[in-house]
Amino acid sequence: MAYIGTPTSRVDGTAKVTGTAKYAGDAAAPGLAYGAVVTSTIPKGRIAKIDAGAALRVAGVLDVLSHENRPRMARRTAAYKDDVAPEQGSPFRPLYDDKILFSGQPIALVLAEEWEIARFAATLVRVEYDVAPFVTDLHVERERAFAVEQPHKPRGDADNAHAAAAVRHEAEYFIPIEHHNPIELYASTVLWQGDGKLTVYDKTQGVQNVGNYLCAVFNLKPVELRVLSPFMGGGFGSGLRPQYQVTLAVLAARALERPVRLVLTRQQMYALCYRPATIERLVLGAERGGTLDSVGHEAIAVTSQYEDFARNDTGWSGQLYKSRHAKYVHRLARVDLPTPSDMRAPGATTGVYGLECAMDELAVALKLDPVELRLRCYSDRDQHEDIPYTSKKLRECYRQGAAVFGWDRRNREPRSMRDGSELVGWGMASGVWEALQMDTAVRIVLGANGHAEISCAFSDIGTGTYTIVAQVAADLLGLPLEAVTVQLGDSTLPQAPVEGGSWTAASVSHAIAKTADEIRKELWRLAKAMPNSPLAASRLDDIALADGRIIDKKDGGRGVPMADAMRHGRRDRLACESTNTVKEDTSHARNTHSAIFAEVKVDEELGVIRVTRVVSAVAAGRILNTKTARSQIMGGVVGGIGMALHEETLVDHTLGRMMNANIAEYHVPVNADVHDIEVIFVDEPDDLVNPLGIKGVGEIGIVGVAAAVANAVYHATGKRVRDLPITVDKLLR
Amino acid sequence: MIDFQYTRAADIADAVRQIAGDPAAKFIAGGTNLIDLMKENVERPSRLIDISRLPLREIEETPAGGLRIGALVPNSDLAHHPLVAERYPLLASAILAGASAQLRNMASTGGNLLQRTRCYYFYDTATPCNKRAPGSGCAARYGLNRMHAILGSSDACIATHPSDMCVALAALEAKVHVAGPGGERVIAFADFHRLPGDTPERDTNLRVDEIITAVELPARSFAAHYSYLKIRDRLSYAFALVAVAAALEFDRDAIKEVRLALGGVAHKPWRDVSVEAAMRGAPASRASFARAAEAMLRDARGFAHNAFKIELARRAIVRALTQAAAGTPQSQSVKKIR
Ligand SMILES: Cc1cc2nc3c(=O)[nH]c(=O)nc-3n(C[C@H](O)[C@H](O)[C@H](O)COP(=O)(O)OP(=O)(O)OC[C@H]3O[C@@H](n4cnc5c(N)ncnc54)[C@H](O)[C@@H]3O)c2cc1C
Ligand code: SF4
Repeated sequence: MAYIGTPTSRVDGTAKVTGTAKYAGDAAAPGLAYGAVVTSTIPKGRIAKIDAGAALRVAGVLDVLSHENRPRMARRTAAYKDDVAPEQGSPFRPLYDDKILFSGQPIALVLAEEWEIARFAATLVRVEYDVAPFVTDLHVERERAFAVEQPHKPRGDADNAHAAAAVRHEAEYFIPIEHHNPIELYASTVLWQGDGKLTVYDKTQGVQNVGNYLCAVFNLKPVELRVLSPFMGGGFGSGLRPQYQVTLAVLAARALERPVRLVLTRQQMYALCYRPATIERLVLGAERGGTLDSVGHEAIAVTSQYEDFARNDTGWSGQLYKSRHAKYVHRLARVDLPTPSDMRAPGATTGVYGLECAMDELAVALKLDPVELRLRCYSDRDQHEDIPYTSKKLRECYRQGAAVFGWDRRNREPRSMRDGSELVGWGMASGVWEALQMDTAVRIVLGANGHAEISCAFSDIGTGTYTIVAQVAADLLGLPLEAVTVQLGDSTLPQAPVEGGSWTAASVSHAIAKTADEIRKELWRLAKAMPNSPLAASRLDDIALADGRIIDKKDGGRGVPMADAMRHGRRDRLACESTNTVKEDTSHARNTHSAIFAEVKVDEELGVIRVTRVVSAVAAGRILNTKTARSQIMGGVVGGIGMALHEETLVDHTLGRMMNANIAEYHVPVNADVHDIEVIFVDEPDDLVNPLGIKGVGEIGIVGVAAAVANAVYHATGKRVRDLPITVDKLLR
Repeated sequence: MIDFQYTRAADIADAVRQIAGDPAAKFIAGGTNLIDLMKENVERPSRLIDISRLPLREIEETPAGGLRIGALVPNSDLAHHPLVAERYPLLASAILAGASAQLRNMASTGGNLLQRTRCYYFYDTATPCNKRAPGSGCAARYGLNRMHAILGSSDACIATHPSDMCVALAALEAKVHVAGPGGERVIAFADFHRLPGDTPERDTNLRVDEIITAVELPARSFAAHYSYLKIRDRLSYAFALVAVAAALEFDRDAIKEVRLALGGVAHKPWRDVSVEAAMRGAPASRASFARAAEAMLRDARGFAHNAFKIELARRAIVRALTQAAAGTPQSQSVKKIR
């Protein structure tokens, strides 16, 4: 294969750096009207009165929509349930009624001829509320948290095993609310064509999900609506569900019968969705020799008053390491905030942070090297179901990661390593995620000029999907990369799920493989039918496509150019579309793994932390593109550094309001915070997970990183900070 | 953002005339603070008077041996100007510790002095804040106050002044030249910013109809022994939790002159001349630095989330003085603390 596995540069790179790539808020149309959202200033209660009089009197204002005067929207809860909506609950409906469910909730939409006018008029909308008592603090609500059903069943008797264990570790770890903060603002532009049809440019990770949602909410037929999201300036999970701006933009276009653009402000984006504040309670029982006996993991996370959002935080603890007894509880505490959402490796990022810090503490209690402890607890089988993995090269991750990092030079004693005025700490952690695959369809149109067009509804959220689709298609069709164009992010294209869960690469690649195979058959038939065809006696099984030719692998590469076969068959194009369906197979566990090694230097007197080195060794099956995959892992590491040291959404619980809702005061790592990051892809051939051996890398890069950094800070300072982020004040306390 | 007028000032006199005629108007220089606040509806000027084209971009030597810095000199030009980098490295270092390269390119000298607090509540019109809406209360006092003041706060307001540059200017005893309808006047740096008291809505003693024309540095520059040490929540591009500007001059081994100013701890750059006086004549030892740190913080008072700043400030003072004494000032590009 010429392209698969190579560090291919992004095929959409030029479009992005030259600005020809158009994003949802870039779409334009004559007569475009602009929206500005008015949001609630209280977290709970009712709107007693909305007075839009002053706003309506501003020249250029077209209308002010609120629950009092909005056009019709569906009344059934089911209509608002998108593909990613939690099973339990009733999704938020913007401008639906007078109820306030969270601070920052959209309560009115000002529409005007110009964006500045809309924004100004929005400041003139007067709102009176009836305020109700509210709560936003997980620590206050934890006592009332209720347990939710989780897929992983307990085994053995964890409580008794723990009581009897020779060495025990029990602690709580805390992750505050964190926000995705993709750099592109949420935006939708709705083109009103006058024929009742709508074209919606939306910032979303799932165009068909948004399309189905809008059809249900506005009672539209699928042919009346097209949703496009050709490019996305980052999502990290925040764009999995339809966000309210798209609902409002469509509502507005229908009300005005005009095209409408609605772009949210950075501040408003904080009220869309977030990673839930979570308490991870870990209870580990071990034998002196360093084998685990029992694992207990309880997670308590916030959710909204109207939906039950829960992810698998706890199951990883019973899966990753061998232990006879395991027990999990996941509880939700209702608070008056919006529903949380998936954010990069949802559940694992938070749950594995708790687990891997707890394992580090256990290693200290056992006087064992943390890598050694993990090797002693290593399991070649999935502990939940007692089944083998399709592949699991985690041992190799530990080995290669440790070697590159120089782990064997680590002195186990905390505060034992220094560099002048700085204490040096080395910490490590494991990461785990799932290797998922979803039903996906792909269309391939091959022209007689040797050019192929691949299309699929998946969005490229910035991860490099365009590029890997081109690579896989070029290899399987035997064409140069430049002869392949890729269309994505359009709801009218062949079916795809939302882009998430790290399933895109495997899902789309196998759909390409299946469709390319049909193209191969077609071409073989055409080639055989040619007069004096060198392939006349060939068998389909031996036919391959390479270098623009149809060849017989068995027969020294005898073959004919595709263009000739098509010309003789009088075909100027071949078009195939097929869906790759994924059969449920529970015989093997499918996971990606990683080992992360981090070095921190901490100023002893002032507690200032620098993450000077991170080595991330990843086992994730076949890596389609080592360049874009490496970027994914590096981005994950940076996200993990942020989680460990910087990120925290500050909620004033007296006001029920997020107070640092901007990226000056919500800190993410900047260049100065990011030093050497080395990414290793461990060789992990796997023909069981799927034919191409692809597992996906979008999430695995972040899992475990915060724990590795936190463990390094402990090793440096001897101080265990269990509530993130680890800031100067916590090291001084 | 509200609807506003935009005009340009033809010269300084015109700028003063315009603002005197429309007290709800505001000058705009780099706009890096004002525009943000307008977008949040915190600042609602009837008019923006653009002063960015006024001829206030010169850095000149004064007859007294100091420097006169025009109010529109961008922060980045100021930090990299050879006379500043060589003679006033404390000022250059403080500027480079602030914001980002892009912001420093836009930010002006005058605007930096007048940038407003980063208190979360000040920025959010849905919350009570005496500085933004006098009499509405101070939400930070019992709310999120990790970044707030430990010195000189009042019941009405516990905000801090966010500037780094001003901490160095306070230490260097700069002077602020202003022009108003009644002519020009000069304000000593210590008298420029105010403590919140009962009127936290007033950050400075500049009158609404006055324009800053220049900042003047005296000859004394502490180029040999200085350090600007800023502790923040990430290694760059964050406001100070605590910042220390330290400057020393020696007579043999004894401290002859010393300047110590703190940022991130009060409503204005914090100096205490009595502490400096007590240090004169003392040796440059850890013990005397620790005594000074103790004295600087003697009246400090913490709130629910910021009490840590008291100890952090003590340690940072000792460290910055140690760096200054050793002639190894904190680098602003290499983030390791010396
Ligand atoms: C994300 C971010 C991070 C930042 N981080 C830091 C940091 O770490 N450290 C730091 O020190 N600063 C930081 N800053 C602040 C930055 O230094 C200030 O915004 C800048 O100095 C203001 O200068 P300006 O010219 O843009 O002012 P403008 O925004 O134009 O004006 C600010 C105020 O000053 C008034 N004004 C301006 N010039 C004059 C004059 N000549 N006479 C009278 N009035 C005048 C204006 O009317 C306005 O009220 C940061 C800013 C941002 C946005
Ligand atoms: S500290 Fe000052 S700026 Fe902050 S809320 Fe209180 S009064 Fe307003």
